[in-house]
Amino acid sequence: MNTLLKKFIWIFIAFLGAAAVGGIALNRGETINALWFVTAALCVYAIAYRFYAAWIAASVLTVDETRATPAERLDNGKDFVPTNRWIVFGHHFAAIAGPGPLVGPTLAAQFGYLPGTLWILFGAVLGGCVQDMVTLFLSTRRDAKSLGQMARDELGPLGGTAALIGTFCIMIILIAVLGLVVVNAMKHSPWATATVAATIPIAMIVGFYMRYFRPGQVLEASALGVTLLLLSVVAGGWIDNNPVMRVIFDHEGLTLAWWVMAYGFAAAILPVWLLLAPRDYLSTFMKLGTITLLAIAIVMLQPEVKMPALTQFIDGTGPIFGGKLFPFVFITIACGAISGFHALIASGTTPKLLINERDIRMIGYGGMLLESFVALMAMIAATVLDPGVFFAINSPAGVVGLIDTDAVAKISSWGFPVTVEQMQLLASQMGEASLFARTGGAPSLAVGMASIFGSAFGEKLLALWYHFAIMFEAIFILTTLDAGTRVGRFMLQDMLGNFWPKMAETSWTPSVIVTSALVVGGWGYFLYIGVIDPNGGVNILWPLFGIANQMLAAIALCVATGILVKSDKLKFAWVTGLPLLWLIVITSTAAWEKIASDDVRIGFFAGANDLAAKLSAGSLTMEKAKVAPQLIFNLHLDAWLTLFFVALLWLIVFDMLRVCSRYFAGKPVPPLAESPHIPSRLIEEWVRD
Amino acid sequence: MGSRLMLSSLRTCWRILRQLSGDDAYERYLKHYVQHHGVDCDHECHVPLSKKDFFKQWQDEKWTGVKRCC
Repeated sequence: MNTLLKKFIWIFIAFLGAAAVGGIALNRGETINALWFVTAALCVYAIAYRFYAAWIAASVLTVDETRATPAERLDNGKDFVPTNRWIVFGHHFAAIAGPGPLVGPTLAAQFGYLPGTLWILFGAVLGGCVQDMVTLFLSTRRDAKSLGQMARDELGPLGGTAALIGTFCIMIILIAVLGLVVVNAMKHSPWATATVAATIPIAMIVGFYMRYFRPGQVLEASALGVTLLLLSVVAGGWIDNNPVMRVIFDHEGLTLAWWVMAYGFAAAILPVWLLLAPRDYLSTFMKLGTITLLAIAIVMLQPEVKMPALTQFIDGTGPIFGGKLFPFVFITIACGAISGFHALIASGTTPKLLINERDIRMIGYGGMLLESFVALMAMIAATVLDPGVFFAINSPAGVVGLIDTDAVAKISSWGFPVTVEQMQLLASQMGEASLFARTGGAPSLAVGMASIFGSAFGEKLLALWYHFAIMFEAIFILTTLDAGTRVGRFMLQDMLGNFWPKMAETSWTPSVIVTSALVVGGWGYFLYIGVIDPNGGVNILWPLFGIANQMLAAIALCVATGILVKSDKLKFAWVTGLPLLWLIVITSTAAWEKIASDDVRIGFFAGANDLAAKLSAGSLTMEKAKVAPQLIFNLHLDAWLTLFFVALLWLIVFDMLRVCSRYFAGKPVPPLAESPHIPSRLIEEWVRD
Repeated sequence: MGSRLMLSSLRTCWRILRQLSGDDAYERYLKHYVQHHGVDCDHECHVPLSKKDFFKQWQDEKWTGVKRCC
């Protein structure tokens, strides 16, 4: 009876999910309720988790709950600590969820709500979750080794080096694009700039509190910090209303970009306790709190999604970024569906806390499901806006024109009506001077979140909600920015140490300064170009980031597939092999189009040639002509970088295939580096827990 | 009965929050110390770190390596 009931419930969930997905896919009406999205997501997640993930855990990976994990065997009370699975889940999720799943879906909404939503749902359950879970499992079986180390051990030195270089490159591009998102959100917005600036001294106060005033009182200090952050949102409003003060915080994008670079440099050389660690506490609390609040607000309010299922921009003419639906939707939404970066967290960090292999499904697969849900909420927040408003905020001036009336005329001509008055009213409600051409995704997400929060919790506070959302995005973008710069510094020191051992000393000041400056210079360059680019910069940088991130995912899946083959599990190799194949197809196609396309908005070389022709013909305005040589150089650089990424990807794919074919031919291959089976002694305690 | 249940679930939430944030890291370290070093103390017997020193080490270690994602 009981099993019959269970079966019935799962059949019901399957039907409900199919109906919801079908409803979303086939709806061609005016609007569709956001609750359909939530229902579809929850049903798809439930079925995937209950059946697919369980099957992978039991049959493909054969997790063994009697086997001692690294946390148990190597327990040192510091980094290797057996930890309750819910706590590990919390740590893991806080580590993988960054600004990526918020920005990507917002940009991809230019294709309509459908393509992005389907990729977020199915890309996650078949690709991203599998990658995270399998990597977590492999690292757990290998004393919590990092992805790069596993690639070196299992495939060979080539794989290891590729993983290292890939990680470094992706870090540089990621930080540049995130910096650009923050700069665009603060540009000529004294309120946003003041609030974001305030987060720095607040983090320092919290840092001092935790280190010296009341050592180790993390929660006390965090509560103080969160209160101060909320106050800073209000205080930003006062500054905005004060004619003297607002001038201090009213800046051009370029000035702000220099400040962001100075900040990144400072964060990389200052001690972690002063800035990095306290900021991370604050951003984690804000992140979890705001995401929960958004979920509650969406369920309470049940907003109508106004964006059509598909827009005409699937043909590649979209204003936010150029390129057809295939492959660019899969590149644009990386983190919400599949993200190579997660493999770095799932190997190295999380396995050191895991008590039992049985929890790998919940933490690896489940953690990514939650991240996918965050991406879906970002998609909802972007598509509940009037499409006209959405495009007015996100289309760069280079596409729709600098003058407001030109912009609304152009956007309305696409079939998304919007008026200057509507935009002015919205801007004044949000406490901003203008919302035209605020590219990067953060402002439109903040408007979407503010309208959802405003309707659910109080319409009058729209401006506060808007700036709260901006602060929320900025604080964890800056967290990624400073943590990333620091990690980049360590990696660079490590690499340079191969040539000059003294450089590898992480506390040798000249090395610290030189490597930090190099890393900041690397992403600072792309940030600078992005800011001076009249087309907004995001349209160039984001696809580059997407390609790099998917390439890293492909490396992780190559390692996993190689190990499955070497473990005589060829019949299951499709579990990681198919997502890998898909990534190879989309990454290579996207890279090919970015390099070879004749369309000046897609192909880097085409764009560079077009600009050069215009420059020599003298048909550019003074301002554009001044930056054109830099933009041309940058487009060439981007093209070569793309080529490099895709070459790296193919190199590692061939390396994996080489190892597999050697294995089939009975030739020697690097042996499986799995650590020996030691029975767990924690099982009884664990059952009691 | 109901209020006792609520109180205990509130207490569980508080415990989870403390552990997630690392608020109780020092207490856990002391517990680990007693379990692993306290009993058999013939060789390299050292006193446990003070809260301040422990926290310094814990924080510095927590922040080496890739800890945050996009």
